[in-house]
Amino acid sequence: MATDVISKPHDGIGEINKYDFRTESKYVFKARKGIDAEIVAQISDMKGEPAWMREFRLKSLEIFNSKPTPTWGGGINLNFQDIYYYLKPTDHQGKTWDDVPEEIKKTFDRLGIPEAEKKFLAGVKAQFESEVVYGSLQEELGKQGVIFTDTDTAVREYPDLVREYFAKIIPPTDNKFAALNSAVWSGGSFIYVPKGVKIDFPLQAYFRINAENMGQFERTLIIVDEGAEVHYVEGCTAPMYTTESLHSAVVEVIVKKHARCRYTTIQNWANNIYNLVTKRAVAYEGALMEWIDGNLGSRLTMKYPAVYMMEPGARGEILSIAFSSAGQHQDAGAKVVHCAPNTSSRIISKSISKNGGRSSYRGLVKVERGARKSKSSVVCDALILDPASRSDTYPYIEVDEQDVSIGHEASVSRIGEEQLFYLTSRGLSEAEASTMIVNGFIEPLIKELPMEYAVEMNRLIELQMEGSVG
Amino acid sequence: MTSILKITDLHVATPEGKEILRGVNLEIKRGEVHALMGPNGSGKSTLGYAIMGHPGYEVTKGTITLDGQDVLAMEPNQRARAGIFLAFQRPMAIPGVKMADFLRHATTNVRRPDRKEGEELIPMREFRKELTDKMTQLRMDKEFARRYVNEGFSGGEMKRAEILQLAMLRPKFAILDETDSGLDVDAVRLASQSIADIGGREMGILIITHHEHLLEHNRPDYTHVILGGRIVETGGPELAVELHKQGYDRIRAAHPMAAADEAAMKEQSTETIAAH
Repeated sequence: MATDVISKPHDGIGEINKYDFRTESKYVFKARKGIDAEIVAQISDMKGEPAWMREFRLKSLEIFNSKPTPTWGGGINLNFQDIYYYLKPTDHQGKTWDDVPEEIKKTFDRLGIPEAEKKFLAGVKAQFESEVVYGSLQEELGKQGVIFTDTDTAVREYPDLVREYFAKIIPPTDNKFAALNSAVWSGGSFIYVPKGVKIDFPLQAYFRINAENMGQFERTLIIVDEGAEVHYVEGCTAPMYTTESLHSAVVEVIVKKHARCRYTTIQNWANNIYNLVTKRAVAYEGALMEWIDGNLGSRLTMKYPAVYMMEPGARGEILSIAFSSAGQHQDAGAKVVHCAPNTSSRIISKSISKNGGRSSYRGLVKVERGARKSKSSVVCDALILDPASRSDTYPYIEVDEQDVSIGHEASVSRIGEEQLFYLTSRGLSEAEASTMIVNGFIEPLIKELPMEYAVEMNRLIELQMEGSVG
Repeated sequence: MTSILKITDLHVATPEGKEILRGVNLEIKRGEVHALMGPNGSGKSTLGYAIMGHPGYEVTKGTITLDGQDVLAMEPNQRARAGIFLAFQRPMAIPGVKMADFLRHATTNVRRPDRKEGEELIPMREFRKELTDKMTQLRMDKEFARRYVNEGFSGGEMKRAEILQLAMLRPKFAILDETDSGLDVDAVRLASQSIADIGGREMGILIITHHEHLLEHNRPDYTHVILGGRIVETGGPELAVELHKQGYDRIRAAHPMAAADEAAMKEQSTETIAAH
């Protein structure tokens, strides 16, 4: 049932949670609740997958069943049998915007997507529910040999390429949720950028969850071949529901010799969602991998984008912003592993906690033996807006090599009375002043975002800040 | 009708109960320049904070009115919107917030006092033009607008940023709290000139200062001397010159009770420092 309300989010003001809506969805197929071998096999059958993928899924299910739910991080309280693992919303995928069903367009409208889309329509892959329903690949991308499609399609159309890299960076044995994703994954983006091809505009994808108690398990695989460059952007928003919901994605990125990849995520989940994501990249000689990660909303987010620097000169950068409010826990951070000499990494993490929200930075810097002259710098700053909120830092540093340079700085601050007084003495309301201080706090990361995401991020912060001050 | 900022029998204390102002009376009309002088710790800055509504200073007695309106009942942002401005002695850095963005919010709010949060700001083009004009007038580099509010500013830059805000907000009444401190003579002259340039004469100004340089281009109509939390003498511009040249010994001798209060306050603040 459709509940109305809410003008487009970009109109900005008024509603506390602008994502508190949903549109009616027509499902062509909906698997029953719960997870077992029958359902996993059914998912594979529905997709008409090759045998290797079907076996991979079933084996992953066994691994999932054998692993306990992690007890560190935040409290995960999920009944895995009370979740839908697969829904197929329409018969076939839309080819052009006109083919996209009205229902789905309406959802996009409510999300305010068109603003970003107008400019980048050609590059947008939008995932509705578990399946990519709309996708339009820029013609010239195709001409240059770039593959940008959903992962299901990639399994069918580029089986060798997929099989070579799929689950090689994050095997199902990595953790319970990677195993779960491996068993039931659906959708996600597949990108292959051939040698030397530099894509000078961001490839974008939007997706959201829209079925009660439905998990979303997208699987993204990006391969950037030697000397190639790509910037991939995903933005997620989710409508609000009263019962638990789970999002558990796996993202694997391979950045080959002297290639570059930037992966930007802005996520704003509804307050009841568990967002448990495994993201990992490997960077080879002279390559650069950058994760830019913005986390808002959700009941619990556990996400630590990782870069493994495999060969000399590889670089990894992880910039993250976490914003937690009432009933939310952001356990986010970063992981860098130096496996070769002369590798360097930089982690910048900023967190904001308000109205009893909790943000944790959890990070690992690991330098393997022989990774001489490696450099790593970690800066994490936390801003706490009220006494009820909380911020923690868990930095782990494991160094097996002498000749390295590791820096770690952490700061925790509260919005100062003097700063507020200064701004309010210039006519700003206290709420406006707080918002300004928060936006200033994350500005160093915002300026790394593409323009329309920066604008959206600032608006999200404004919405989050509404009503936060007496 | 000329606007009047009127302070009557103002008593102000810190949250710890330490009394700093002990009955200040002062009336400023729009268009007048008042100089407020006094030794360190006599309550000059406290008066500025109290007028602006700093939450760390409690008014225990007395009134402040602006054209009959009760200023003490207003929040700091309402006071700003009513036309009161305080140039801070030590302005706060707001990392990541550009001067231009901050000023656009401030200017919009002050010019449209009824503006609700989230409502439209002054159109960007219009605002930029005005800001650029004002910065040119104040001989400030355009780059200034893109810098983060007071972050990494030199003492002189901070003070000029305050004057730029003053120029944009065009209040009815401005309190300049030691806008000359930490500046060399040339910088003070520039600041003084700037205040006059931006039409200081159309405002009512209270200049809190140790020096006479700031008064060079803003000749005071009245000079007040504050001692021990009270205004003990009021004179013309010549009084400012005298205090600058000769210090406060004559004042202390002429007002032994206020001088005793001053000594007591000093001792108290020394104890407070020691206790920390």
